[in-house]
Amino acid sequence: MNMLIYLIPIALFMGGMGLVAFLWSLRSGQYDDLEGAAWRILSDDDVGPPTA
Amino acid sequence: MSCCGVSAEGVLALETASITAEEIALASHPLGEGLQQLDLSVPDVHCGECIVTLEKALSRLPYVRSARVNLTSRRVSCVYHEQTADGPTDPAGIIAAIHATGYRTNLLTQADWHSERAKNQLLLAVGVCGFAAANIMLLSVSVWSGADAATRDMFHWISAMIAAPALIYGGRFFFRSAWGALKRGRTNMDVPISLAVTLSYAVSLWETMHHGEHAWFDATVSLLFFLLIGRTLDHIMRDKARSAINGLARLAPRGALLVSPDGSRRYVAVEEVKVGDEIAIAAGDRIPVDGMVVSGASDLDLSIVTGESRPVAVSDGAEVSSGAMNLTGGLVVRATKLARNSLLAEIISLMEAAEGGRARYRRIADRAAALYSPAVHSLALATFLAWGILGGDWKQAMLVAVAVLIITCPCALGLAVPVVQVVAAGELFRNGVMVKDGSALERLAEIDGVAFDKTGTLTLGSPMLVRTDATAEGEIDALATAVALATHSRHPLSRALVRSCATTLSRFDQVSEIAGGGLEAIHGADTYRLGNEAYACGTPLKTSASDAPLTEVVLSRNGVLMARFFFEDTLRPGAAEAVSRLQAAGFSTAMVSGDRQSVVDATARALRIDLPLGGLTPKQKVDEIARLSAGGHRILMVGDGINDAPALAAAHVSMAPSTASDVGRQAADLVFFNDRLDVVPQAVDVARQAARLIRQNFALAIGYNVLAVPVAMAGLATPLIAAIAMSTSSLIVVVNALRLTRMDSRKKKSWASLSVKGPVYEVTPA
Repeated sequence: MNMLIYLIPIALFMGGMGLVAFLWSLRSGQYDDLEGAAWRILSDDDVGPPTA
Repeated sequence: MSCCGVSAEGVLALETASITAEEIALASHPLGEGLQQLDLSVPDVHCGECIVTLEKALSRLPYVRSARVNLTSRRVSCVYHEQTADGPTDPAGIIAAIHATGYRTNLLTQADWHSERAKNQLLLAVGVCGFAAANIMLLSVSVWSGADAATRDMFHWISAMIAAPALIYGGRFFFRSAWGALKRGRTNMDVPISLAVTLSYAVSLWETMHHGEHAWFDATVSLLFFLLIGRTLDHIMRDKARSAINGLARLAPRGALLVSPDGSRRYVAVEEVKVGDEIAIAAGDRIPVDGMVVSGASDLDLSIVTGESRPVAVSDGAEVSSGAMNLTGGLVVRATKLARNSLLAEIISLMEAAEGGRARYRRIADRAAALYSPAVHSLALATFLAWGILGGDWKQAMLVAVAVLIITCPCALGLAVPVVQVVAAGELFRNGVMVKDGSALERLAEIDGVAFDKTGTLTLGSPMLVRTDATAEGEIDALATAVALATHSRHPLSRALVRSCATTLSRFDQVSEIAGGGLEAIHGADTYRLGNEAYACGTPLKTSASDAPLTEVVLSRNGVLMARFFFEDTLRPGAAEAVSRLQAAGFSTAMVSGDRQSVVDATARALRIDLPLGGLTPKQKVDEIARLSAGGHRILMVGDGINDAPALAAAHVSMAPSTASDVGRQAADLVFFNDRLDVVPQAVDVARQAARLIRQNFALAIGYNVLAVPVAMAGLATPLIAAIAMSTSSLIVVVNALRLTRMDSRKKKSWASLSVKGPVYEVTPA
């Protein structure tokens, strides 16, 4: 019973980290061009940094 | 560019597309610090090499700071400096650089920021509800596996605190829609959803406060999670289709070249053109507003305006309508109407008046909800009264009634329709058919007749050489001369001659184009003329020939006839298969065209269409559709022109090719990006399969309720049973929807065997 006091906050914190990571990836536009990213990794040329 | 070959169509588009710097400036939006962002659609990009080619070409321009291609939405977003050290920049160079790489590009009609934001909000809600559902489920599992009373209470409290924000954040979409429906005195699927979610939360909270055994927080949140996934997928699918359609070239001109009385010329937006203004229209441009020709002579291509497949000669005093393409010579036109009163405006008002099938149609899910929610809610009420009166324990009665509501909560019902439609729309998307709206698929499954427009829909709208009658001199020689002459013109018949054979160019000393007549070339002492007979041979114009289904062009040397060429509009590939497959499936077919009756009859004979109707005005087209609908038929209208738009809006459901006029694309429910017309029966097929799967899903969901409701009414449902039953029924419904793709791949084999007859065209999944 006592260990629950530690374990539940830890579980919630880890879940929260996942949520924050998802929100961050959404905000930074990682779902905007799913197909393009798959191709870009194959191209040899350095086409420069992406725009914001 | 090994894999990125440029189609012949693309080259044609390059020649005719003229985007001016003024238009680009209107389309760009400032980012501050002298930077401008320009978003362009590039419909042809499809691989990694395309990305590299375009981004390199754009980054090479000195004033472009960055360029990034988005392969999913087929767009390129380009940030450029307004000013460089050498003065203001000319953003038209961006378009030119893209054209130089061989890609087509269009300015975006209007960036749909609103829809983008809605998508992100939905995704966020899915994320939040997913987080909440996972954590509450973890706690619930511990409760179910037998936590002691104190631990259970603590877990319930934690669950309640996690569920509350998720409920508000993820549930607002449903609450808002349910409230909207209730305010108008109607009911939709969101009403029972909202009710079940709110009630289950309230009862669980009450139980928690009174140290009760059963709390339903996990059911509340996972229900929201499942439904939000369905809704988000639906939104993304429609978004993709809309964005592909928005990326198409705008056919209507945005501006016009105004000629002032002092002779100077100025480019203004179409809306600023006033009655009486004189506008210069170069060959290859579209007419921006209705008007009268003041000077100049030319041929106009009216195929997109009236469906007339043959170019019409105009000269001083002739009336011209907006949307027509000026082919051969420059014109000066005096505007007789404002842009907002022009032909296009009349068409739009006709469209609004005609809005038929779509406005009356009620979504299948809403119809189901109209039966479902009263049944379920009266069941819950009956349970409450029965337990209360018979058992005397009203608190227990309340708990059982809420359990009934939760068990019957339309989780599977809420997913039954959107999941099938998302899968079906995705399947059509891969075949190059964009579905703008889920209800379009439901309506498409109900049709029993198909009406086609002719020019641009059943045909490609571009003529083809079908016969050559040469005099003694020999056919090859005459054809070679005619082709050599025709390369100097952009008239559709000349283009057709050039396409018909590849010859080495014979040299002429001088070539001139006479608008309304034809081409004249001088070679040594001989004068060659290519055009109508009156012009080429100097004979008076024959009026009887004007009703013949074939269009005729004559080649003469020094006024003596050398050869006659006959042209016919090319049928769209797959048109015959499409019509025969539709007829075999029991659909009646009709043709509603603005073209001459003789041409319409000839096309109808070639395709075996039941009911050919020619010479129709836009209003008459609507009347024909209304007449067929009044006879109890549900009509699919396939059309492309400005004149088809009202009929597209009036029909039960409508389709347009991607080459259609702007207003036609807007009016249609489905847009196909494919040259072949057999996507029409294919789309009907997929829609019918989807309708069958939706019915199956409803049957499954109702069957589940028939089993679960007695258990709940007997007061035996626990949160554990509810969680298992709800997720199982949702999973079954989703798996059933996925069967659509499997049915389809079996069907595809039979399609492949059908289509080998015709020429093989590559499917471009736009």
